[in-house]
Amino acid sequence: MIPCQVNGVQRSFDGDPEMPLLWYLRDQLQLTGSKYGCGIGLCGACTVHVDGAATRSCLMTMSSAVGKDIVTIEGLSTNGDHPVQQAWKAFNVPQCGYCQSGQIMQAVALLKGKPKPTDQDIDAAMQGNICRCGTYQRIRQAIKQAGGVQG
Amino acid sequence: MSEVQLVSRRGFLGSLFSAGALILAAQLLPVKARDALAAAEGSESPWYPSVYLGLEPSGTVIIVAHRSEMGTGIRTALPTVAADELDADWQRVKVEQAIGDPKYGDQNTDGSKSIRDFYDPLRQAGATARLMLERAAAAKWGVPVAECQARHHQIVHAASGRSLGYGELATLAAQQPVPKPEELRFKSPSEFRYIGKGVPIVDLDAICTGKATYGIDAQMPGMVYAAIARSPVIGGKLKSYNDQDTRQVRGVQQTVVIPPAKPPYAFQALGGVAVIADSTWAAMQGRQQLKVEWDPGENASYDSEAYKKSLFETAEKPQKAVRNVGNVDAAFARASKVHEAEYYVPLLAHAPMEPPAAVAEYKDGKVVAWAATQNPQAVQATVASALGIDKKDVICHVTLLGGGFGRKSKPDYVAEAAILSKQVGKPVKVAWSREDDTHFDYYNAVAAMYMKAALGADGKPTAWLQRSVFPPITSLFDVDAVYGDPAHLGQGWIDVPFDIPNLRAENGPAKAHVRIGWLRSVANIYHGFAIQSFIDELAAAAGRDRVEYFLEVLGRPRKIDFQGEGTINADYNYGKPLDQYPVDTGRLRHVIEVVAERSGWANKKPSKGHAWGFAAHRSFLSYVAAVVEVEVDDQGQVRIPRVDLAVDAGRVVHPERVQAQFEGAAVFATGVALMNEITAVQGQIQQSNFQDYPVPRINEAPYETHVYLVPSNDLPVGVGEPGVPPTIPAICNALFVATGKRIRQLPIKNTKLI
Repeated sequence: MIPCQVNGVQRSFDGDPEMPLLWYLRDQLQLTGSKYGCGIGLCGACTVHVDGAATRSCLMTMSSAVGKDIVTIEGLSTNGDHPVQQAWKAFNVPQCGYCQSGQIMQAVALLKGKPKPTDQDIDAAMQGNICRCGTYQRIRQAIKQAGGVQG
Repeated sequence: MSEVQLVSRRGFLGSLFSAGALILAAQLLPVKARDALAAAEGSESPWYPSVYLGLEPSGTVIIVAHRSEMGTGIRTALPTVAADELDADWQRVKVEQAIGDPKYGDQNTDGSKSIRDFYDPLRQAGATARLMLERAAAAKWGVPVAECQARHHQIVHAASGRSLGYGELATLAAQQPVPKPEELRFKSPSEFRYIGKGVPIVDLDAICTGKATYGIDAQMPGMVYAAIARSPVIGGKLKSYNDQDTRQVRGVQQTVVIPPAKPPYAFQALGGVAVIADSTWAAMQGRQQLKVEWDPGENASYDSEAYKKSLFETAEKPQKAVRNVGNVDAAFARASKVHEAEYYVPLLAHAPMEPPAAVAEYKDGKVVAWAATQNPQAVQATVASALGIDKKDVICHVTLLGGGFGRKSKPDYVAEAAILSKQVGKPVKVAWSREDDTHFDYYNAVAAMYMKAALGADGKPTAWLQRSVFPPITSLFDVDAVYGDPAHLGQGWIDVPFDIPNLRAENGPAKAHVRIGWLRSVANIYHGFAIQSFIDELAAAAGRDRVEYFLEVLGRPRKIDFQGEGTINADYNYGKPLDQYPVDTGRLRHVIEVVAERSGWANKKPSKGHAWGFAAHRSFLSYVAAVVEVEVDDQGQVRIPRVDLAVDAGRVVHPERVQAQFEGAAVFATGVALMNEITAVQGQIQQSNFQDYPVPRINEAPYETHVYLVPSNDLPVGVGEPGVPPTIPAICNALFVATGKRIRQLPIKNTKLI
């Protein structure tokens, strides 16, 4: 049995300890906001927070999730009103929207470490998150607004 | 003008509506007697004045989105058109996604045509419902209809100060005669509430909170998960397999053989061995343990390097003329100066962030599916054919799509889920891995183009010859198809708009060895790259400003009918008549002038490693001109600080979403230009995931894209695709100025720039 906390709820996983966290979240907990995009940590669509750090849930096995505090997009805020979510809506960032859970979780972690990120900070933190629709320009604007940085 | 009729609630949308609403159907439904309807529905039924539109007695307006949402905003934009003519309060509008059903008309969300083809029907639906509500109020008040006017979700009688909400009038409105088309009054543009203004997309909150449902998220009670091993070479057959180790994987339930597709492959399930398990992970693990032997079949001879050589060999010889103006051969014979070039674009993959995914259940001879699909009616046809059942017995619910770009108009993955469900007796989810998606895509065609111009003393072309060779999409449906088909020869090839007295377009044969399919902008990608690069080469050779030279060769503003110019039977106008949608070089000229002015083109001072490039292209009936700024560092790394795009797409329904489409197109084009390439060895695709099929990341994408929408009252046309074709050559043309390296083969990563 693998104990962990997901969005504030104590959970216990009883399955293949090699299963990535992503599939536990999606297939067992029905927390489908975290997305599969590549399965090998190249696209960032599956990004969640593990003990506060942006983490690719497709790479993290359940055996290494023991005792971890995991937050997914569903647990980021109660009413979808986290400042980053608000900024995402203000700039109408999403197109298809599929990658945006991961983008938002990554951006939240970035702003935690660097509340006033520069373009270089944004490039460094966000380049692991692919958006095939090409919403990067607005992602950059939204992050700056959430951080109170002049665009 | 299509006809709008009153239809039965039970006839089509069933459970979507509560008892008591008004239902209106544009164009496609058989006439139903109003009395019969009233009898069937009783007095409290929802009113449906169209298949697209309904009104609940509570006042909620329900608008059906029958096109698929893959990021364009169409699920929001089309409903605003109906809501606007109805003069509905958007806060009281609920958008419902349609299942696949021919009654909605074409649902294949591709070709940048949703607004183009459904702007009028949705306006008619809205105007019809509005007039019926006005008539209902007039009858109730005993006043002339002309004195009753719709005002933001209510009907107002100004003279007496009375008003009634739409919901209060729903039942009475349903009893009014359906107006004839000529009785309808449409808003003037100054009266529009939403058209030309836009509202936030209806899924914005759900997306930002992770609650939006895509194909990969869809669930059915009792469903199992499948991972499928397919022949690494298209057309390969299963020889044998051993699932002993697979069955040891925790969670694996069984393995199932899917019979191989028979040529032509069209949208059939490819066939293979499926591992059925209780989770995605277990299915994937089980597949990894599977030992399969394939007979690779005749496509094992396919090698993309050798194939490229054969395309060029074909392109270098005379081929079938598809447009022929003047006498090109005579003009070349007397030319003193000739310029030649060859261009190449490789196979391209769609790589939507969500790989193809669907869940389906076969039960009692019927199928219910939930799918991320651009084309639910093709799902019905494909699944029905795979299982030998009637199309009507396939219910296809459409989820949001995590990107489509043309991939999800081909429902092979939904057929897989349905076939497997029939075999295992449970609902089955098929979610392709990224590797599956990269290996088994319907790729955009690889293409080689040969270009030749005779140049006059002024440096301008007196003769122009262009020859393209590419395996056609029609090979999906006809194994013998090797020549470009009318629709794709009409995408930027036959319709080259230059005013050159001697001009010949040719096309040569190429056999397909992989599944070829539509990808955002399709043939415009390679045709636009060749033509827009070549005209830039000619301008450079003449030492001329690129924009000035382009405009001179484009010639005086005119409307072109290519049919009169020796053109073979080709569709170069996206299925639309020239009188309504002319090929107007004046409009192309205008967007060029706009982009030149807004980008500050005339004052640019290029230097080594820093330059601007230009291109302009009409596609999907829209006119787009691009100016791209590039920087190249001493390692040869390319950066794109800025893209400027001027767009004439006719009347724009949702300017903010259109702007987003062009911002996205600039990124998509950057991927095609710089990095996208699919190759094959012994018939096997060599790329598998984002490490070897990279797409632009935030630090590689254009830093900023500026979009200028030309105000227009012309008919609305395409916006999802037209931004891509000019941006690709504009990047390459800029790189030539910055580095002296002319890009003739994509992607640019294969060219050493420094």
